[in-house]
Amino acid sequence: MRRIISVLLENEPGSLSRVVGLFSQRGYNIDTLTVAPTEDQTLSRLTLTTHGNDQVIEQITKNLNKLIDVVKVVDLTEGPHIERELMLLKVKANDSQRAEIKRCVDIFRGQIVDVNMHAYTVQIVGNSDKLDAFIQAIGDADILELVRTGVSGLARGEKSLRL
Amino acid sequence: MELLSGGEIVVRALKDAGVKYLWGYPGGAALHIYDALFQQSDVQHILVRHEQAATHAADGHARSTGEVGAVLVTSGPGATNAITGIATAYMDSIPMVVISGQVPREKIGDDAFQETDMVGISRPIVKHSFLVKDATEIAATIAKAFFIAGSGRPGPVVVDIPKDVTAPNHRVPYEYPEKIKIRSYQPTVKGHAGQIKRAVKTLLGAKRPVIYSGGGVVLGDASSQLIELAKSLNAPVTNTLMGLGAYPGTDDQFIGMLGMHGTFEANTAMHHADVILAVGARFDDRVTNTTDKFCPSAKIIHVDIDPTSISKTIAADIPIVGPCDRVLQELIDQLDSSDDSQDETAIAEWWVQINEWRDRHGIYTKPRHDASEGNIIKPQDVIRSLFNVTGGDAFVTSDVGQHQMFAAQYYLFNKPRRWINSGGLGTMGFGLPAAMGVQLANPGADVACVTGEGSIQMCIQELSTCTQYGLPVKIINLNNQALGMVRQWQDMQYSSRYSSSIYEDSLPDFVKLAESYGHVGIKVTHFDELEEKMAECFSLKDRVVFMDICVDRSEHVYPMHVAPNGSMRDMWLSKTERT
Repeated sequence: MRRIISVLLENEPGSLSRVVGLFSQRGYNIDTLTVAPTEDQTLSRLTLTTHGNDQVIEQITKNLNKLIDVVKVVDLTEGPHIERELMLLKVKANDSQRAEIKRCVDIFRGQIVDVNMHAYTVQIVGNSDKLDAFIQAIGDADILELVRTGVSGLARGEKSLRL
Repeated sequence: MELLSGGEIVVRALKDAGVKYLWGYPGGAALHIYDALFQQSDVQHILVRHEQAATHAADGHARSTGEVGAVLVTSGPGATNAITGIATAYMDSIPMVVISGQVPREKIGDDAFQETDMVGISRPIVKHSFLVKDATEIAATIAKAFFIAGSGRPGPVVVDIPKDVTAPNHRVPYEYPEKIKIRSYQPTVKGHAGQIKRAVKTLLGAKRPVIYSGGGVVLGDASSQLIELAKSLNAPVTNTLMGLGAYPGTDDQFIGMLGMHGTFEANTAMHHADVILAVGARFDDRVTNTTDKFCPSAKIIHVDIDPTSISKTIAADIPIVGPCDRVLQELIDQLDSSDDSQDETAIAEWWVQINEWRDRHGIYTKPRHDASEGNIIKPQDVIRSLFNVTGGDAFVTSDVGQHQMFAAQYYLFNKPRRWINSGGLGTMGFGLPAAMGVQLANPGADVACVTGEGSIQMCIQELSTCTQYGLPVKIINLNNQALGMVRQWQDMQYSSRYSSSIYEDSLPDFVKLAESYGHVGIKVTHFDELEEKMAECFSLKDRVVFMDICVDRSEHVYPMHVAPNGSMRDMWLSKTERT
């Protein structure tokens, strides 16, 4: 099952490599990974998506907690949560295609953020399924380049991951 | 506040962390620290002959005392040579701080001379690591390193210090922190009360209980609580390879080691148990055999300080995270005050069954191997002789292989921290340097290194260190002129095709070799001289003695789990007999 795990990490050199190393060392999967400092400059917030059965996920969260640089860990998928991912993609946009792509972007509530004679650069924000659906709607053939940030997320309500 | 150079701060901080002995080897990037060491006498440095030995010696110190071992090496090859010893300590949860020199800060990343990314290379085999960026951070970092290494589930910590950070001309105020607080690191100090209550109820309801205790009981100094609990429950106790000594080996409730080379009665009792209390053990693959056939009818109570050990390979019915001593004490207290009581008839029947297993195939009720005779010395008898001569009270280190298993089976350890071996990583070459660490930490004690002619040659250069520092360890070399355990597997699984497991007359004369280092060498080729020469060996209190004992080459270690696809109770009992 797919899980979103959010980690509060000491913002120290090498701390990210400990997290990534743990996954490769123990044979766990990382599907997406995003990390950046928080409002507290001593802390980074790392969000990763992974998959595995309950036993594997339990071991992942326990092993993350065991890392000295990890301050807190939460499995966002255990409760109601919000997840977002941002995707930029460059698509071929010639003559007749332009209107169709524009329409598709509007349906997905995306934006065209750069334009030239032959291509659009599109920005789509949403959960990962929505981004996948947009790719499918556009069709592989017309995609010149694609980049996704990986998932970020927060728990719904007042619950928060902080010191 | 006192102004010190970075090098002086390293040494002072080690002293303030309680280090008496620092095992190491100098080199370019560590020379400022070595110069500071030269100018003081609080921390004694011991010059080994290879950095691997420094880590094993500090490891031996730590295992025998419970203190944090300390190591100092230089950058590059010094650091990489230390890796095997760090991994050994990591696998067995041994507290150790390894300080490595590093190239100067501005050279890091330039592929400078003797540069290696020590923090990177050691990352998967350390509890934590630090790269010190400034002289003002050294003391606090070393204090944190010792705190992390020694608390919670212990483990090795690396502190990598660039050379310019230790430079003598840059002096900064020295302050060793009195209290350490790390916001992201708070080891559990107490077991969950609700779980302990459930455990007590389950234990009292058990008809066929087994206590399966591991290295965590030794490391957590919980031996006395383990004994008290076992006595109060009248339950059989089996120890893992790492847990030997935590429960007295000569006590009647002790049913021997379990696992791949565990006793028939221990493995069979585990298989038939209805409740297993696992304490400070981690259901290692050398214990469980095939996991989905493991102890089919047992409810499992698992006590461990490390939550990741729980339900890792075998799901626990009642997990309890906490220090072994504390949790066992709480179990004892609640047992005493519980309204429930044990089914004493069932327990008595359980003991009848266990004693029947002991009589049937147990190695302590009668010898299950052929007798030694003439020039055929059985390795088991060497360990028996060692036990007799030392009164069962020696520190015994071992290397890895058949001799290790024979020592584990036949030296009945009655105290924790007496059996010093590389259980998790299985590091050949561990025994001799570990024995040096034990000997220095326990002056006057009998320290025996049970080894084989294969393992001893992996760190034999340390005979020279023993000479320099007067460390009178006793080397008991079970010489079968082959890599015995490899050979055993080749006999059992590869139709006796001895691929690279035989030395073909290339072995040195160990007696002369020992003598060349200034030690005593004793060769034993006949069984009737074994006990006498063993006694002679231990009568030479101040000397290193190398006992080169020619043992029967064809001997195998039994029992041995049937693998793959065997359960706990599936064992070979001899070359021809299996359960």
